[in-house]
Amino acid sequence: MIPGPALVSILRQGAFLIASINTALDDSQMIRFQEDLIDQIGTHRSRGVIIDVAALDVLDSFGSRTLRNIAEMARLRGALTVIVGIQPDVAYTMVALGMGTGSVHTALDLEEGLIYLNSRVPSTARRRHAEVP
Amino acid sequence: MTMEDGPTTSAEDSADFSIYGHEDQDQLLPQLVAHLHEHRTKLRQEWASRIQQAHLLHAMTSQEMSAETTSVYDNYVEVLETGSVEALQRYARDLSERIIPRGVETHEVVGIVLLLRDVLARSLFEKYQNDFPLLNRVLDAYEPAANRIANTVAVSFVEERERVIRQQQDAIRELSTPVLPVRERLLILPIIGVLDSERARQLTEQLLTGIRRHRAKVVVIDITGAPDVDAAVANHLVQTVDASRLMGASVIITGLSPEIAQTLVTIGVDLSKMNTIGDLQGGLEEAERLLGFTVTRQNGVDQ
Repeated sequence: MIPGPALVSILRQGAFLIASINTALDDSQMIRFQEDLIDQIGTHRSRGVIIDVAALDVLDSFGSRTLRNIAEMARLRGALTVIVGIQPDVAYTMVALGMGTGSVHTALDLEEGLIYLNSRVPSTARRRHAEVP
Repeated sequence: MTMEDGPTTSAEDSADFSIYGHEDQDQLLPQLVAHLHEHRTKLRQEWASRIQQAHLLHAMTSQEMSAETTSVYDNYVEVLETGSVEALQRYARDLSERIIPRGVETHEVVGIVLLLRDVLARSLFEKYQNDFPLLNRVLDAYEPAANRIANTVAVSFVEERERVIRQQQDAIRELSTPVLPVRERLLILPIIGVLDSERARQLTEQLLTGIRRHRAKVVVIDITGAPDVDAAVANHLVQTVDASRLMGASVIITGLSPEIAQTLVTIGVDLSKMNTIGDLQGGLEEAERLLGFTVTRQNGVDQ
């Protein structure tokens, strides 16, 4: 575990985790975020993950690869990942440099991401979380 | 060659013309200019008839042609007289500005100047045919000046044309590609005209910001108005589609003409990820289906 305070807040919202990246992360901070998130999927038994990158105006190749990895790791832990809030410039740069998000689903913003997860995650799984005190 | 002192020294030296010695060729020019002034009407008419024979400048009426040939002739002789091409340059630029919009081509402009050069040279041949060495020296003085004039006129014309072309390119660039919302969360992007890389980049930028602004889920890109799509533009379209997907919008491409479809498959652009539909109408219907809209015709409305 990389020491120091977590730079990314990971919030639980029912059966989903919402991680909002508010500042550019360097490689080790990115790994720290990955470890925290994968850890918390298990803790909260989450069925979906939303990663909000709206505040980022730069996303390097390591960052986008880590996001792809996180999505794959989350899938192995039973959660569906959606990346939301990619800025127009970031989107174009990512495509131009050939570093898309692969098979990871993307949505315009947090609201759209929630709509997508709600449509994909079975409602029984969501209800069970609602009963957790 | 310097011609500035020509007119002032011509009188005293003109007597030396018959002696084949060491006269400065500058002194021949004033004599030549006097000859051209003297036969102005005859030479100008001959030139005009040669232009007509060569079928040049048929975009102009005969009155205009007569006025222009007079001005060109006077300017031409003035350059020979003063050695300064500035006035001619101004005139040529002004003339180009007037005749370019009427479709006068470069070869016509160069052609008429070369004809005038030829007509004047022939008249010099005629005048000096009995004195071959003198004729040689007259031509030595005349040719460089005449070449310079032809050069100046051609360059002015081409420069003016390039200026017009640049202006038109800017105008085309400013005709921005509109991103139009047609339904809630549905955008259409009609592409009209040639896509170069600069315009393609601008288009992508406008589309991506449009997706954000209108919270679009579906975008229909219609390329009916694009005459040609090459590999670079096709790859750019693929990138635009990918970037739109990253922003959560799906893209439908419509209006691929038979020619473009064949070109794209032949050059091997990978369009497997693209959702394409024949025409804009079909694209809009598909987009409405994706967004859950149903459009129905009201009962009792005539077709």
